[in-house]
Amino acid sequence: MKTAPNDLPLVQPGLEMSSRIGAWRLAREFLTATSVIVELEVRKLRHDPTELITRAVQPMLWLLIFGTVMSKMRGIPTGGIPYLDYMAPGILAQSVLFMAIFYGISSIRERDTGIIVRFLVSPAPRTALVLGKALAAGVRALSQTLIVYAVVILMGVHLNPNPIAHVGVVVLALLGAACFSLFSLLVASFAKTQERFMGVGQLMTMPLFFASSALYPVAMMPKWLQVVSHGNPLTYQVDAMRALMLRGGISTFGLGVDFAVLSIATAVMVFIAGRMYARIVT
Amino acid sequence: MVPLVPSFVEPLLPANPAQTAILETHALTRRFGGLLAVDQLNIAVAGGDAFGLLGANGAGKSTLIKMLTTLLPPTSGTAMIAGYDVARQAARVRREIGYVPQMGSVDGALTARENLEVFAKLYALSKRDLETRIPQSLANSGLSQVGDHLVNTFSGGMGRRLEIAISTLHRPRLLFLDEPTAGLDPIARDSVWDRIQGLREDDGMTIFLTTHYMEEAERLCNRIAIMHLGKVAAIGAPQELKDSLGKPGATMDDVFIHYAGQVAAHPEG
Repeated sequence: MKTAPNDLPLVQPGLEMSSRIGAWRLAREFLTATSVIVELEVRKLRHDPTELITRAVQPMLWLLIFGTVMSKMRGIPTGGIPYLDYMAPGILAQSVLFMAIFYGISSIRERDTGIIVRFLVSPAPRTALVLGKALAAGVRALSQTLIVYAVVILMGVHLNPNPIAHVGVVVLALLGAACFSLFSLLVASFAKTQERFMGVGQLMTMPLFFASSALYPVAMMPKWLQVVSHGNPLTYQVDAMRALMLRGGISTFGLGVDFAVLSIATAVMVFIAGRMYARIVT
Repeated sequence: MVPLVPSFVEPLLPANPAQTAILETHALTRRFGGLLAVDQLNIAVAGGDAFGLLGANGAGKSTLIKMLTTLLPPTSGTAMIAGYDVARQAARVRREIGYVPQMGSVDGALTARENLEVFAKLYALSKRDLETRIPQSLANSGLSQVGDHLVNTFSGGMGRRLEIAISTLHRPRLLFLDEPTAGLDPIARDSVWDRIQGLREDDGMTIFLTTHYMEEAERLCNRIAIMHLGKVAAIGAPQELKDSLGKPGATMDDVFIHYAGQVAAHPEG
């Protein structure tokens, strides 16, 4: 059987149609590329889910040890809610942050094995590749959300009775994972080696965590730290999570502002990380 | 035939080889700080050629390949592939090229078929193409029997042939191979050579490869360039290069040592 040497369509689309078809095809290719990356990451996770389990330990320790001890003292103005309740959304955001901020190391591993070169020489848009990575980090965030919720329910945190609000918390966890994993990819694109990357990662996590409202209200911070925390997407993520997750939770900035800041930060990071992604192989 | 331009300007025929070139660089240059990795490089590769790039480590081969495969922007100069500029039309260039990187770039935790499927989707092949090309490609690579085996059970030669299969699934016009048989035993090496020759002869693919094995360059390539300190030290058919030494019985090893062997410090600036 003979096959055609190339796959030109028998009828070429009319000129007036071609730009619309082009845009449609471009969008479809973008989504396909994104989903291929997510699929690859999920396949790997299914192959070896150890990471999901070990990652669950840290938020548990924060809630069970730090949370139990700190809830004995009443020095932190939480707006009338028990301290354990107050910190629960903060610990969820923190566990997602810690996972996401080290996510770029998988790209460094792919750089070392050479597979990333294949992604980069394919026509798949680089923004689609990094978005796929960000969504795959979101998959990990989902498992962490599940674990934190389980612990929090067992510890008797007073959750918001409205189930829709918890869907919002999941969306926030996804957005936070996407935003910070893209930041991590950007760092990986410049660091290029595991050693340098780990150093920078360690350097970033604590300031991001402490300069946020995860453990205490922004109003308690010294003035300069307040300024820093207002530029930190984690502050807005925790603020919205607290409002949605807890019974009687209120947002300081307003949910609209929180979601807008996180969404815009994520979109900007997709763009920047996509532009810089190829640096990882040079 | 009536000449359209006076003959003193430029002869119309024979055709400028650049007219049929699938790859052409003009003064292509890449600097890393003070280091000139690729220096004002001019090369042309005609469609259907098998072009071999030789040179000692650090001669600039990897930098050149990275620029040609759109991974690294040039500092100055241009490179055109299939009529598209690698810097300004990178997305178009990526549809025309395939690249088999130096390292084992397949996912060992997936089967051969899964690896092919992943990249078929990344290249946005239609479902129909995917269904016909994957079995065809496995057969051409001698991997039909092991298509559903995990890749980390493959021998070196099988892995390399799978990598070539992945890189050619979208039927590129130009295939780059970076040291395609490094570290393979002679039998595995032969099987990879057969596959590369098959792609050139049966599918009309242009081949651009780097190698440190003179035997490989001579067996596969009809044109060879030797790079030294970021420039082309010599270029031509294997026999032409051997003749250029003016020494009877010269081998490709002699050619390589003559053009790339001198140890010279990198020029300043």
